[in-house]
Amino acid sequence: MSRRVRLLVFLIGGAAVAVLLSLAFLDMPHVGRSEHLYRDLAVPASVRHATANVVSAVNFDQRAVDTFGEETILIASVVGAAALLRPAKEETERRPPDTSRILESTRLVGYLLLPVTLMVGLDVVGHGQLTPGGGFQGGVVLATGLHLLYVAGSYPALDRLRPLELFDVLDALGAATFAAVGLAGIAIAGSFLTNMISFGSLGQLFSAGTVPVLNVAVGMEVFAAMVAILAKFLEQDITVVKRDATEEAGS
Amino acid sequence: MNVYAYFVAGWLLLVGGYGIVRSRHMVHAVVSLAVAQSGTYVLLLSIGYQRHVTAPVFGSTEKPTKHVVDPVVQAMTLTDIVVSATVTALLLALAVQVNKRQGTVDPDELAALEG
Repeated sequence: MSRRVRLLVFLIGGAAVAVLLSLAFLDMPHVGRSEHLYRDLAVPASVRHATANVVSAVNFDQRAVDTFGEETILIASVVGAAALLRPAKEETERRPPDTSRILESTRLVGYLLLPVTLMVGLDVVGHGQLTPGGGFQGGVVLATGLHLLYVAGSYPALDRLRPLELFDVLDALGAATFAAVGLAGIAIAGSFLTNMISFGSLGQLFSAGTVPVLNVAVGMEVFAAMVAILAKFLEQDITVVKRDATEEAGS
Repeated sequence: MNVYAYFVAGWLLLVGGYGIVRSRHMVHAVVSLAVAQSGTYVLLLSIGYQRHVTAPVFGSTEKPTKHVVDPVVQAMTLTDIVVSATVTALLLALAVQVNKRQGTVDPDELAALEG
C-alpha cells in the first residue's frame, strides 16, 4: 500500500471516528458536574478502611485484584524486553570504553541529587496510603534516581552499583509479596486480597491495613522492573557489539 | 455546556493515529502511539472532574467529604499509564531488533515480515 493510499484510508476512517466520537461526546454528562456515582461509593469505602488517599484505596484495596493483574503485565513486559534485547549469536559483550567527559557541574548536581531522589522515592512509596503517590510512582522515582549515576558518573559506575541479578530477585519478590498478601486474605478472611490487617486510624502512617504493604511490594517491583528494562536498553547501546567489529557499536 | 475536554481527548487519539500512519521512523511511530494513548488519560480525568472541589486525599486537616473529584477514574488512569509504559518498552525493544535484522527503522522499507 502506497503512502498516499494509506493516508486516504486513514483520513476516511479517522473522519468516521471523529464523527462518532463527537456524537458520543455531545451526549455525555458535562465536564465538571457534581454527580459522580463511583466517587460516592469509593470515598465511604475508603474511609471505612481508614485510607486517607482514596486513589490508593481504589488501587490497592477495592480493585487490588486488577492491580495484581497490572503487576503481572509489568513482569511480562520485563521478560519480553529481556528476551528481545539479549545479545544475539553474532554479537558479543565488551567492556564499555570509559570515555565519559562530563561537566563538573553536572557531576556535582548529579551526586547531590542522587541521595535526595532516592529519599523522595522511598517517601513516596512509604506514604502511598496518606498522600498522593504510592508504589508505582515511587518506584519510578527510585529507578530515575539510580540512573543519575549514569548521567553524572559513568556507565561502569552504574554497572558496579546495580547488580542486575539482585534486581531480578527484587522484581520477583515484589510480585510474590503481593500474591502472598492475597493468599493470606484467603486464609484469614476467605477471599483473595481481602484487607485483613487492622485498619488503624485515618491519617496515621500505620493505617489502611494491607494498603501500605501492597504499596511497598509494588514499589519494589516497579523499581526493579524499570531498572531491568533500562539496563537492557543501555546494554544494547553501550556494551553489546557485533563480533569482529569492536569499533562500531552494535546499535 | 462544557464538553470541550472530551474533544481534546478525541483530538489526541486521532492526531496520534495520524502520526503512526505518516511515520517514517519506528521510534516516531511508538511516540505517536503514546500520544494517542494519552487521549485516554484526558478522557478518564475529564469524566471524573468536578469544579471547585479538591483532590480525593484526606488527612488530619482535610476531613473526609464527598466533595472531591472522582478517585476511581484517577486510579484507572494510573493503571492506563503503567500499561502504556510497558507497551512502549516492548515496542522500542522490537524496534531495536528490527533495526538489527533489517538495517532500517523506516516502516516503508521493511520488505516483508520475517519469521
